[in-house]
Amino acid sequence: MGWRAKQRLTSGTIHLFLILGSLVMITPFAWMVLTAFKSRSESISVNPFYIFPGNGWHFENFIEVWNSYNFLILYKNTLIMIFLRVLCACLTATLAGYAFGRLKFPFKKFFFALILVQMMVPGQIFIIPQYLIVSKLHMMNTQFALLLPGAVTAFGTYLCKQGYQSLPVSLEEAAELDGASITQRFLFIMLPLTRSSLVSLGIFTALFAYKDLMWPMIVCPKTQCTTLTAALSRLQGQFTSNYPQLMAGAVMAVIPMLILYLIFQKQFVEGIATSGGKL
Amino acid sequence: MKKKKMTAKARKEAVTGLLFITPTIIGLLILNYYPIFETVYQSLCRTGDFGIGNTFIGLENFVRLFQDKEVFRTLWNSVKYAALSLPLTIAISLVLAVLLNRKMHMRGLYRTIFFLPMVCAPAAVAMVWKWMFNQDYGLLNHIFHAKINWVTDPKIALIAIVIVGVWSSIGNNMILLLGGLQDIPRDYYEAASVDGSSGVHCFLHITIPLLSPMLFFIIQTGIMGALQLFDLPFMIMDESSRAWPSVKTITYLFYEYAFVKSERGYGAAIIMFLICIISILTYLLQKSEAKWVHYD
Repeated sequence: MGWRAKQRLTSGTIHLFLILGSLVMITPFAWMVLTAFKSRSESISVNPFYIFPGNGWHFENFIEVWNSYNFLILYKNTLIMIFLRVLCACLTATLAGYAFGRLKFPFKKFFFALILVQMMVPGQIFIIPQYLIVSKLHMMNTQFALLLPGAVTAFGTYLCKQGYQSLPVSLEEAAELDGASITQRFLFIMLPLTRSSLVSLGIFTALFAYKDLMWPMIVCPKTQCTTLTAALSRLQGQFTSNYPQLMAGAVMAVIPMLILYLIFQKQFVEGIATSGGKL
Repeated sequence: MKKKKMTAKARKEAVTGLLFITPTIIGLLILNYYPIFETVYQSLCRTGDFGIGNTFIGLENFVRLFQDKEVFRTLWNSVKYAALSLPLTIAISLVLAVLLNRKMHMRGLYRTIFFLPMVCAPAAVAMVWKWMFNQDYGLLNHIFHAKINWVTDPKIALIAIVIVGVWSSIGNNMILLLGGLQDIPRDYYEAASVDGSSGVHCFLHITIPLLSPMLFFIIQTGIMGALQLFDLPFMIMDESSRAWPSVKTITYLFYEYAFVKSERGYGAAIIMFLICIISILTYLLQKSEAKWVHYD
């Protein structure tokens, strides 16, 4: 066997392996979508040839779940929470990141230690007191409650600081000679150059907020005030074994993020890779 | 004159710096640092009826905790989950990363597909898998012509959770490892192949050592994440199921005491206990770092 033929054989084996793996990854998604369009009786009839909905595609599953759970409000709640969290996180983190990365000020080491220590402590230790804050302020079931734990971010500050530090010092020195103030240098020269760290932070924040289950369950127990993810746990309680409707709910919960991911793949992958295993 | 100008400039810089960090630092103090002390204090208190009022009881919660069989059973479940899922995840994602670390057709497509679960809410993923695991009508039993009680058999239920956990996280680890692999210079392998080293030999003596900082990072964050597992078992299992006690995690136990049973004090003690265990593991891991992790 020639070298080329051998090469082709290995490459074929690798593709075969990867295609099998891809099938394992995609099957649950496909099964979710297909089940969502089946009638209930069809979903519990076991026949390998009924992979696709046999007697028409049942859109009414979606309509029924949409109406009984008011998905419009769930989408709105989730969207506003994500928007506010991303806005607050990016704003506070980029300011603090610039200061830590570029400026000299008293107690800098001490303040930066506060950032680092927070990143090392497992998040659950904050939850009881954060819940007490929300409850004492009578802010249960509000957008404020959903936003609160994500208002500032130690991890994001660290990320932005790394971004600012990687830029050459000469950039700012030149602007300083031209008479630009610190704020001007920050706003017009440095901030635009760290766009990629901010995009990563934004995606990380959005995904974290979207995936979180425990916090919205605790502070927004009312269905009309909660997020998509937390509503799913309710849905499961109500439609216990009506799998087509459960799957319709799951499809509606994952679709927006999936579409965003398919459009902004590169940014998503970078955003998650920078966060490591934190998601 | 010149010196005074400098200090004015330095002062302006200091003021700006402090101003810029103020929102973040105030936020951290209120949302993170005060809560740390509050949780420690709560763990020393008994919560009154209906979650109102605290009575200081010293270490009583911890005495109770060390006699509470459920704490150790749920901790053991979390540890078992970590011990099963982490090696599997790392092994599979390492193989995938090595296979994808070359010029090939459809490389981007494979990457996109393996990464899909990362952008889905675990709650939705869990619902889908619960349906796949269904004993009578689930796709898995259907494909394998089996009658496995995936989620109701106490012996198998944890394995079902591990399957979902691994399926969800291989994409992320694959991306991290792929990044690590791409940093390894090609000529290391070329030199080795000139010396007549086999592929396996190269993998063990070049790839693994040079990848060890990334592996260390993945193991460290992986252990922390696995021990804090909450949503998967909660969404896949019914609390009424006989398999529930064998998958209930310690983080769920914390949630249950703190927010369902309104025993915040005991819940705080449980989370303090878990954090101590995570800290000890992290410390041991850091100590082992020098032995097997190679930095350039």
